[in-house]
Amino acid sequence: MTESSKTPQLDELESGPWPSFVTEIKRAAEKSEMSADLLGLLERSYHDKIGHWKHGGIVGVKGYGGGVVGRYTDLPEEFPNVSEFHTMRIAAPSGWFYDTDALRELCDIWERHGSGITNVHGSTGDLIFLGTKTEELQPTFDELSEAGYDLGGSGSDLRSPSCCVGPGRCEYACYDTLDMCYDITNEFQDELHRPMWPYKSKIKMSGCANDCVAAAARADISVIGTWRDALTIDQDEVKRYAEGGLPIREAVVEKCPTRCLRYDQETGELTVNADECTRCMHCVNVMGRAVKQGKEKGATILLGAKSTIVKSAFMSWVLVPFMKMEAPYDEFKDLVNRIWDWWDENGKTRERIGETVYRIGMGKFLRDVGLEAVPQMVYRPRANPYVFWPQEEILQEAAGQEGEPA
Amino acid sequence: MAMIDNGPPDFRQYLPNIIKENYGKWEYHEHVRPGVLKHVGPAGELYSVRAGEPRLMSVDAIRDICDVADEFCDGHLRFTSRNNIEFLTPDESKVEPIIERCQELGYPVGGTHHSLSNIVHTQGWVHCHTPASDASGIVKAVMDDLYEYFVTDELPNKLHIAMACCLNMCGAAHCSDISIVAIHRTVPRIDHDTVRKTSEIPSLVACCPTGAIRPDPKIKSVSVVDERCMYCGNCYTMSPGMHIMDAENDGLAIMVGGKVSTARTDPSFSRMVIPFLPNNPPRWPEVTEAVRHIVEVWASNARKGERLGEWIERIGWERFFSISGIPFSDKLIDDYIFSRETFRTSSAFKF
Repeated sequence: MTESSKTPQLDELESGPWPSFVTEIKRAAEKSEMSADLLGLLERSYHDKIGHWKHGGIVGVKGYGGGVVGRYTDLPEEFPNVSEFHTMRIAAPSGWFYDTDALRELCDIWERHGSGITNVHGSTGDLIFLGTKTEELQPTFDELSEAGYDLGGSGSDLRSPSCCVGPGRCEYACYDTLDMCYDITNEFQDELHRPMWPYKSKIKMSGCANDCVAAAARADISVIGTWRDALTIDQDEVKRYAEGGLPIREAVVEKCPTRCLRYDQETGELTVNADECTRCMHCVNVMGRAVKQGKEKGATILLGAKSTIVKSAFMSWVLVPFMKMEAPYDEFKDLVNRIWDWWDENGKTRERIGETVYRIGMGKFLRDVGLEAVPQMVYRPRANPYVFWPQEEILQEAAGQEGEPA
Repeated sequence: MAMIDNGPPDFRQYLPNIIKENYGKWEYHEHVRPGVLKHVGPAGELYSVRAGEPRLMSVDAIRDICDVADEFCDGHLRFTSRNNIEFLTPDESKVEPIIERCQELGYPVGGTHHSLSNIVHTQGWVHCHTPASDASGIVKAVMDDLYEYFVTDELPNKLHIAMACCLNMCGAAHCSDISIVAIHRTVPRIDHDTVRKTSEIPSLVACCPTGAIRPDPKIKSVSVVDERCMYCGNCYTMSPGMHIMDAENDGLAIMVGGKVSTARTDPSFSRMVIPFLPNNPPRWPEVTEAVRHIVEVWASNARKGERLGEWIERIGWERFFSISGIPFSDKLIDDYIFSRETFRTSSAFKF
């Protein structure tokens, strides 16, 4: 080396077997001054052990309130090419299926207008165009729009819905996650692109309870595929698994959380007590050619998941135990609209729907959105007598009793 | 003016024929080898070759991947929710050449079945405005260190690791087998001038989850009750005058045992087992060592099929600490909002 490197710490992250993001930034830097400055700024962060991005004013494109995240460095004199370095979130196709024509087209657009750096993908599921100047935002969008693409969500709006691979490549999909994701994303374009709520809201769709897109952990409205009749068991296939060396009792029956499976070692038959099965997917996962999901398929709708900020992490809880999930998804859309209306009315700023329901109470929420309370919603009933009795119910009850004959 | 509200492109136009023909009719799948899945339906077989990518990609790297898909997959590919590429082909003879090309390009093939999948992570110093550490760098260091577990599939069950670059815990870090969470530990340093100029004081006061921020009308700014602050950084998002980043004292926490599937046991949160490790770029050796240790302790003690959290719940958390040798401390006992349910209300425990 004749010249000492300007990025010694980042250079260190180019070694090792895992593909390096530093190599990627350097590759983009060969063509883009923005990316070259990003590399320098990041090295500075490695040296200072502190981030060098700050809040900016609101930036965006015409007709949209979301989809662009504004970023400015706090060291604009030293790194002028990232003095403005905004992210654009590009709506991805359901299940992240692409063809190379589409990907190349997107790459060409981004190379013309931005840093040439992307995230494939951001955690929400959008394709991320990482970093460009304010003046490039509208031209980038115009080209994207012309080619048939669109922005995703950001800010206090519906974030881009996303889904698992579903019927595209999975035998466990209990409904068409890909179609539903595409359908509802188009239905809720206004909610997605024009922030109008207390905070963000997410819808994620998993075709079964394996939940490959972590809907139960992070989606305000989680749609998780299930069925409501009995597992079907193919006894010939069961025997084939046994012959193949699968220890059925140990690996399947004893791991069943409700002990609803029975395996007769002598006859080689596996049977299920369907009333006790909670459809957890374990047996299907382990011996899917023998044990199949039931035939009456749909989804469970759960509400309220979010990460820790602000009132701790919430996992989604059951709201509708079973809903048929078929186009045009009217029942689902109607429910979602009622939920959002209620949240809009009752939520505080930066409060996710789960936090609002927790603060105000499930009872009131259910009454207001018109859902019946069912035992599937809770693990167990309350252990205190402090019911917030709706007084009108008591008045009605009293009136009813008066009206009855003695 | 450009069209608005196009919506996402229709996925149907991108599906390979074998998927169109087997759509919704898949019968079963087999795990051929680490990184290769075979799905079977009435119209035939589909092979998926999974390769880990760095999440942050240049457009030229995407074009390289497109070349592979053009050569072997009729231009069809997809990505997973955990930053993996999947090359899709009905032709078994294409599998080996795809793997070879991935290796030439430096993309490891693996991440399926009982292996470590790619790490889900946040932006960190690359692009976030409230990070307590970098994300991409730690992920690169950890994946370099645990590489063998990505390209093989001999763990007790799948292993999902997530990395969040601040206490917001973006990226489902709160429900992962292992999560690495960058944390702040000191109260925000208030730049009153910036607060006055840029912030709405009532919103700033209201945003604090613990009520630690109070208005200070005399100076038209705010004050912080130090003992009540848990350093979430929510105030910095509301006001750039509330400096939460601290080069000396920010660091990393490790949480373990979360999952999202319902298989065998309900979805569960990750629980903190190491409250603080130093922020030590560019390779974060304390973090990679701690994560490797947890993976190895799980791999050598769990029963086949047990996720990390399932193993710990079976043996008990007190046993996890004694087996792993990880020190327990008061920092690991919850004192935030929903703490009581974590206190043991029984004398039936292990010594």
